[in-house]
Amino acid sequence: MADDKTRIDEATGTETTGHSWDGIEELNTPLPRWWLYCFYACIVFAAGYAVWYPAWPGATSGAVGGTLRDNVAVAIQEHAEGQSEWVDKIAAASLEEIRQDDQLLAFATSAGEAAFGVNCSQCHGAGAQGFVGYPNLNDDAWLWGGSLDDIYHTINHGVRNEDSDDTRWSEMPAFGDILEAPEVTDVANHVMALGGLEHDADAAARGAEIYLDNCAACHGEDGGGDPEQGAPRLNDAIWLFGGNYELISSQIKQPAHGVMPAWGLRLDDTTVKALTLYVHGLGGGS
Amino acid sequence: MSFWKRHQVVEKNATLLMVLSLVVVSIGGIVEIAPLFYVQNTIEKVTGMRPYTPLELMGREVYRREGCYNCHSQMIRPMRDEVERYGHFSLAAESMYDHPFQWGSKRTGPDLARVGGRYSDDWHVDHLIAPRSVVPESIMPNYSHLATTPLEFEYIADDLIANQWVGVPYTDEMVENARRDLISQANPDGDFSDADALQERYGDKAQARDFDGDPTRITEMDAMVAYLQMLGTLVDFSDYEPGLAANRR
Repeated sequence: MADDKTRIDEATGTETTGHSWDGIEELNTPLPRWWLYCFYACIVFAAGYAVWYPAWPGATSGAVGGTLRDNVAVAIQEHAEGQSEWVDKIAAASLEEIRQDDQLLAFATSAGEAAFGVNCSQCHGAGAQGFVGYPNLNDDAWLWGGSLDDIYHTINHGVRNEDSDDTRWSEMPAFGDILEAPEVTDVANHVMALGGLEHDADAAARGAEIYLDNCAACHGEDGGGDPEQGAPRLNDAIWLFGGNYELISSQIKQPAHGVMPAWGLRLDDTTVKALTLYVHGLGGGS
Repeated sequence: MSFWKRHQVVEKNATLLMVLSLVVVSIGGIVEIAPLFYVQNTIEKVTGMRPYTPLELMGREVYRREGCYNCHSQMIRPMRDEVERYGHFSLAAESMYDHPFQWGSKRTGPDLARVGGRYSDDWHVDHLIAPRSVVPESIMPNYSHLATTPLEFEYIADDLIANQWVGVPYTDEMVENARRDLISQANPDGDFSDADALQERYGDKAQARDFDGDPTRITEMDAMVAYLQMLGTLVDFSDYEPGLAANRR
């Protein structure tokens, strides 16, 4: 074993550590000084950090005082205070009063737009254009009414959900169990005639009577619909679940029913009001 | 010989080297392990938390299998933008029955910690089958196979037992009825089903209905949607006080 003499290795010009095992020596290539000092500085920093911030669960609470959870409460409160002048006005005013006041309406609409993007756009689309099964909110067709109060109620209580007692609820029977298959074909053709789609005139004529007996009570004799009970209008070009023979007859046989959450349970009332005014202002509000 | 050259002594004495290595490794181990003994007091006292129902647990397994966590976190951080978008920041208590937890900050998709009840079942089904049919700008892959793949839950009782082992308070009654509870939740009107017993065991917030719109069979879609519709709905925040000393972490 070794003598502890260090020497300069000839081949590399590097100092050896002085360790020698069976004649095999080890070069000494220490870490750069700057790296080493950074390392020591990190250790010192870590010690300070552990004292300054909460480190040991339940044991140390940190010299800085407060936590991220406290900070967020403060941040939210500060933000709310900044907006309180407008938010309070919206809370106090009726929907119609907000609509008449240009400044309030501008604030409510932009707050509504933000809330719509977060909460509503996933189903109704970023431009409120809707998708198959999810209504377009830009047009004049309203399943449950397009007045400010109607929209407010629909957003607050949703549609066909089990969370709100005042939710909008309608359920079209599955006429596949009630009508014979040829009758479904006939009434589908009649509905297509009402909506101005290409149809089989003979079948539509036969379907007219079936329609009056089974469908007119909700959808109206002329297919005008009834927002009171959520019966869609059939004599226009808007088809929530698709406007062709297959989709209309399937909807007669085994209707699909949309569901919307009761947003009043999740959002505060001013946000619901703002959403109401935003949706109403999209173009179709009545 | 300077102090820094003494390591020769250690290097030339295998026993000493081993003993000292053990000391060094132990320090690292203690620093990592000791806080775990205090983990119980990081869990806030909240009301409403319960173990996952068997169907939700299977949904969670599908969620993990499909790697949903690669893009979606389940942790709302205490920052104003997150709280305003997603709701109350996540509590440790909310993931105390998660094995493994789904925390993270990787947000290719939105956080899902409170997605329950935000959308309808139909929307989840449409969206999982073809995300772009409802969110045109989405880059999420299609998971249409969930709707066509029957859920395999032969070993659901064993899953519950495994969770029991790691501390999830499933009762023996829950384990015994796991299969039936699963079927009851996905198809409450079936002959074999007893949704009331399910709610008795797991509470009123256990939602029982046909989640995927196909009452004839139980698919992976049923489990997935049941799981998603439950996320973030359990804790009752009306009696949670973040300022309370016991809840300060």
